Amino acid sequence: MTHPSDTGPAPVLALKGISKSFGAVRALRDVSLELFPGEVHALAGENGAGKSTLIKTLAGVHRPDTGQVLLDGAPVVFHGPGDARDAGIAVIYQEPTLFPDLSIAENIFMGRQPRKALGRIDHRATHDATAALMQRLGVDLDPDRPARGLSIADQQIVEIAKALSFDARVLIMDEPTAALTGSEVARLFGVVRTLREQGAAVLFISHRLEEIFEICQRVTTLRDGAWISSEPLDGMTEDDLVRRMVGRDLEELYPKQDVTPGEVALSVRRLTREGVFTDVSFDVRRGEIVGLAGLVGAGRTEVARAVFGVDRWDAGEVEVDGRRLTNGAPSTAMAAGLALVPEDRRAQGLVMDMSIERNIGLTGLRTTVKAGLMDRGAERSRSLDWAVKLQVKYARIADTVNTLSGGNQQKVVLAKWLATGPKVLIVDEPTRGIDVGTKAEVHRLLSQLAADGVAVLMISSDLPEILGMADRVLVMHEGRLAAEIPRTDATEETVMAAATGRAAA
Amino acid sequence: MPESLTRAVRWDTVVGALLVVVLLLSFTTVDGFGNALNLSFLIGNTLPIALIALPMTLLVVSGEIDLSVASTAGLSGAVMGALWNQGMAIETIIPICLVIGVVCGLVNGLLVTRLGLPSLAVTIGTLAAYRGIAQIVLGSDAVTDFPTQYLDFAAGRIGDTFVPYALLPFLVLLAIAVVALHATPFGRSLFAIGASEEAARFAGIRVKRQKLVLFVLTGLMASLTGVFWALHYASARYDNATGLELSVVAAVLLGGIDFDGGKGTLGGAIAGVFLLGALQNVMSLQDVSAQSQIVVTGVLLVLSVLGPRVARQIAVARAGRRSAAAPPVSKAPTPTS
Ligand SMILES: Nc1ncnc2c1ncn2[C@@H]1O[C@H](COP(=O)(O)OP(=O)(O)OP(=O)(O)O)[C@@H](O)[C@H]1O
Ligand SMILES: [Mg+2]
Repeated sequence: MTHPSDTGPAPVLALKGISKSFGAVRALRDVSLELFPGEVHALAGENGAGKSTLIKTLAGVHRPDTGQVLLDGAPVVFHGPGDARDAGIAVIYQEPTLFPDLSIAENIFMGRQPRKALGRIDHRATHDATAALMQRLGVDLDPDRPARGLSIADQQIVEIAKALSFDARVLIMDEPTAALTGSEVARLFGVVRTLREQGAAVLFISHRLEEIFEICQRVTTLRDGAWISSEPLDGMTEDDLVRRMVGRDLEELYPKQDVTPGEVALSVRRLTREGVFTDVSFDVRRGEIVGLAGLVGAGRTEVARAVFGVDRWDAGEVEVDGRRLTNGAPSTAMAAGLALVPEDRRAQGLVMDMSIERNIGLTGLRTTVKAGLMDRGAERSRSLDWAVKLQVKYARIADTVNTLSGGNQQKVVLAKWLATGPKVLIVDEPTRGIDVGTKAEVHRLLSQLAADGVAVLMISSDLPEILGMADRVLVMHEGRLAAEIPRTDATEETVMAAATGRAAA
Repeated sequence: MPESLTRAVRWDTVVGALLVVVLLLSFTTVDGFGNALNLSFLIGNTLPIALIALPMTLLVVSGEIDLSVASTAGLSGAVMGALWNQGMAIETIIPICLVIGVVCGLVNGLLVTRLGLPSLAVTIGTLAAYRGIAQIVLGSDAVTDFPTQYLDFAAGRIGDTFVPYALLPFLVLLAIAVVALHATPFGRSLFAIGASEEAARFAGIRVKRQKLVLFVLTGLMASLTGVFWALHYASARYDNATGLELSVVAAVLLGGIDFDGGKGTLGGAIAGVFLLGALQNVMSLQDVSAQSQIVVTGVLLVLSVLGPRVARQIAVARAGRRSAAAPPVSKAPTPTS
């Protein structure tokens, strides 16, 4: 395989000596990067390394303090995302930016809908163009449904469709696969390959290293805001890449301890929510990590939401430690010792405008109390304790969580729930957007919690994670439990077969 | 974006400073402002706004609003007048009025939390409805002959000082509200609800119940204000306190309570209330007509929504300049924290 850099075409987009600080945080220091037409270029680094900041600088969201952005070799200054888009740069940000009340089609063609005579919006044409994009992406989403209530994966798809609709020369994707399962990733990669063959340059961020090796030709690594290397991926190993990212060798990624399961801690019986999931029954025992696998849309998240009580169920029952839970009441679920780390950290996991301290403190409103008043000292030490345990990278504990990098936000969500000392912990995509080093850390933590007698139910679209961590794997398919596979029999094939409805389990 | 920097320019501090400036200016330039009697009038006339502003602040922090408060106050005054006319004892009437306030708040709260209707729409509806009921109850009568010791308490002041008797119970209520909003788990949950209702629900906060409690408290305080109003002005009429909701909302927003919820302090809100009260007092002393005073209140309302936003933008712009002015970054590797 030849690399664009060898064949010598000019970079379509380049960054030279970019630095960017936020107050005392130096998010980027003297970073350079070249993007060539026809290449998929990976940007790798730990949480908070500066990847998203780099992208926002490229796209005109942030202005660099020093350094230049070069488009076709000429310096440009983007005054906002609109400028970048007009220059043919499409960006899919880490956080989807859809308008919840607009339809999918309106979101995609926001402000540039096809027009009919007299400037009226041509809804038919908008609809058809959207449908065509969806078909190109191989997904089945109704262009006319509102964006509100779309799963993260579907929101991501809409963002990608939006980017495609610009016929961009440069496509920048900040963790587009974090919310996708294997088949959806494959579908996305199909689209990326087509774009690349058409001569587009793609900048791709992912914490899943195998994806980087699968789709990218070159990789640029950042560490603590500093440029470490830019090089071809050919001949590199995952360990090489990790070493560049974290500056040391990595410990075991799936440190699963063997535990003899104890009493049943979570018992779900014939749980049904009409039109969403049907007749779901399973147990999770103390000390066990049970994986819940399935395609996006299979109903995994919905089961978790109902068990925790943020959605009501129509039939069935849920018990924690033998105590029946009230339908639709998260507060009683919490009191019974249940914790849910939800899938959407920005909307559900965190109050983005609140400090790290208070976000973690939100689950302690019943415990860090003295004589009916908030015990600020206890609240602070509880929050600090867990922020430190999970190695959240922050400047001050009183900073709002929206100043944290995506992965560090995820750690705050984990901290917030681990601080409740749960008996049953449900984690929905616990390592979404978390770098390899921290991922190993989170896995170690989950394993340790299980060893300490916590019952863990882990929903994950990351199949290696499920296979590496779960004692048992439950697989959902179209709203029903399709299979239960013990650790010894769980392989990529058996799980995927059940998830796609091919298994006769 | 860097929200933490907005603390550099705190709007409630700005309003507090503004209040001090307005008071100093009025003392030195407005004839008749500084004497104890006028000051006691100022405070007494502002107390209805202040009383309702307490629960309204909590409500707006949680992302809701109640525009029916003035009608609830009017209804409570009308019921008071009607029952008094029938010869019932005032000691029985007042609790009945408070219960009516609770019911008014409960209706608002249930419509908002059970049916999921927006509180702005619900309470515009009940604003009209409660006022209509008040008119049905009392017609166009004006009841004035309440017992003198009650009238004296509601309108009088302590000796020759500027302190109305009624200020004292208000200060107690204020202290309770400050503690409730800023030092209890309940208050903490209101900020979370206002900033992100969904995240609050996922944290096990009983969002609907908290909101229902707030609407009930607001109804209760509105009816208490209605009772106070009728006694303070020695007149129970169905149209008592008409338009008071405008002053309350203007004052609360002026005090830096974010209309979108999740932000603000009670201190700021009360500074806003007394700033508005002082301005109204000065305008009355200068013979500005009541209509013009409403215009001023309306303009303040618009400014108070704009003010904090402008302050935030200034803070952001400043932060931007600061980061742009940071010293050049060296290439030497620095240790990880
Ligand atoms: N608006 C902001 N205000 C203050 N600090 C910020 C802001 N945006 C980013 N930072 C800080 O800059 C650093 C780099 O963040 P960035 O989001 O670029 O990391 P990242 O590499 O994308 O991480 P992740 O993999 O977790 O998404 C972090 O320390 C972060 O806290
Ligand atoms: Mg990022």
